[in-house]
Amino acid sequence: MPVSERSSAVIFTSLKDAGVRIMSALPETWLVHLIRMAEEDPDVNLVRLAKEEEGVGISMGAHLAGVRSAMLMQNHGFLASVNGIVSGAQLYRIPLLMLVSARGEFGERDPWQTEGGGVTVPVLDALRIPTRRVDDVTSVPRAIAESMTLAYSASRPVALLLGRSLMWEEA
Amino acid sequence: MERRACLEAIYGDLQDVAVVTIMGAVAAELQAIGHRPNFFYLQHAMGLASSLGLGVALAQPSRPVVVLDGDGSLLMNLGGLTTLARYRPRNLVHVVFDNESLLSVGGFPTATSTGSDLAAIAKAAGVPRTVTVHSIPDFVTAFREARAAGDLTTIVAKVDAIGPKAFVTDLALLENRYQFARYLQDRPPL
Repeated sequence: MPVSERSSAVIFTSLKDAGVRIMSALPETWLVHLIRMAEEDPDVNLVRLAKEEEGVGISMGAHLAGVRSAMLMQNHGFLASVNGIVSGAQLYRIPLLMLVSARGEFGERDPWQTEGGGVTVPVLDALRIPTRRVDDVTSVPRAIAESMTLAYSASRPVALLLGRSLMWEEA
Repeated sequence: MERRACLEAIYGDLQDVAVVTIMGAVAAELQAIGHRPNFFYLQHAMGLASSLGLGVALAQPSRPVVVLDGDGSLLMNLGGLTTLARYRPRNLVHVVFDNESLLSVGGFPTATSTGSDLAAIAKAAGVPRTVTVHSIPDFVTAFREARAAGDLTTIVAKVDAIGPKAFVTDLALLENRYQFARYLQDRPPL
């Protein structure tokens, strides 16, 4: 499976460097290495979810208790989390770092991913969530550090879109 | 059994624990009895009170956490019960006030009114301790036993579908949020 282990490792290390100690996740193909790394690291508490919106609640509680967290999910998981993001994290001004795999864009072979690919960015925009796209592994450490900084200074959810060229090693 | 009487009966036990409630009657009644800085009222994001409680419990494993949930809210996040059971925070007591109704929006009956059993669902999800109670003494006993047991417990308290006339209180959402965060971060668990 051509999911990039190298990019996954850089993302994982950058999240740890940003102080993330709890990662909540729902498995998705592009995230398999990242989730495995979180599982194997004794310094990281991985919470495997039944549905992504739970992760918003878990991150809210962790933040209030003083622990940094991140959500790892597919864009369809982001779409499934919208009410929690709006009426939880935004209403209560919670810094929430969301790493969202951008499925359904150019190069996508799975027909079922394509509708979500077309609406993810417009929905993020409609929710006024600052969003940065990452397509190149060299920009990952800075993108994650700056996302966490903005999430905390703005006290708001922030999204990093993980692009195909970052996560998938074939065209 | 009235929910407010349940809350009054355990109010003294809610001194040195992080309390997370759902919106609506539970939040309004607990505030009417007396707000404390260790109480957080999740005034929307229905379903996520138990997930938020799990987040607090994982972040501070030695802090006792009590989630005051409801049937309507829990039915929106039944999958969260499996996550709760999977990570089994031993410092968390999950109370579900089941009035078989979405009371705050006009009293629409929930699925517990037609037989869905939330304690059985929690047990089947893997929550190690579950109980359903119908009286104040049984509720207080179940609550104290759960605290003493030191293990994840879901207590379903069957209560009447009655509540306060109004749900908006004079405690601003963000004031509550920052006060609660300060309590958790500045006051180490006993």
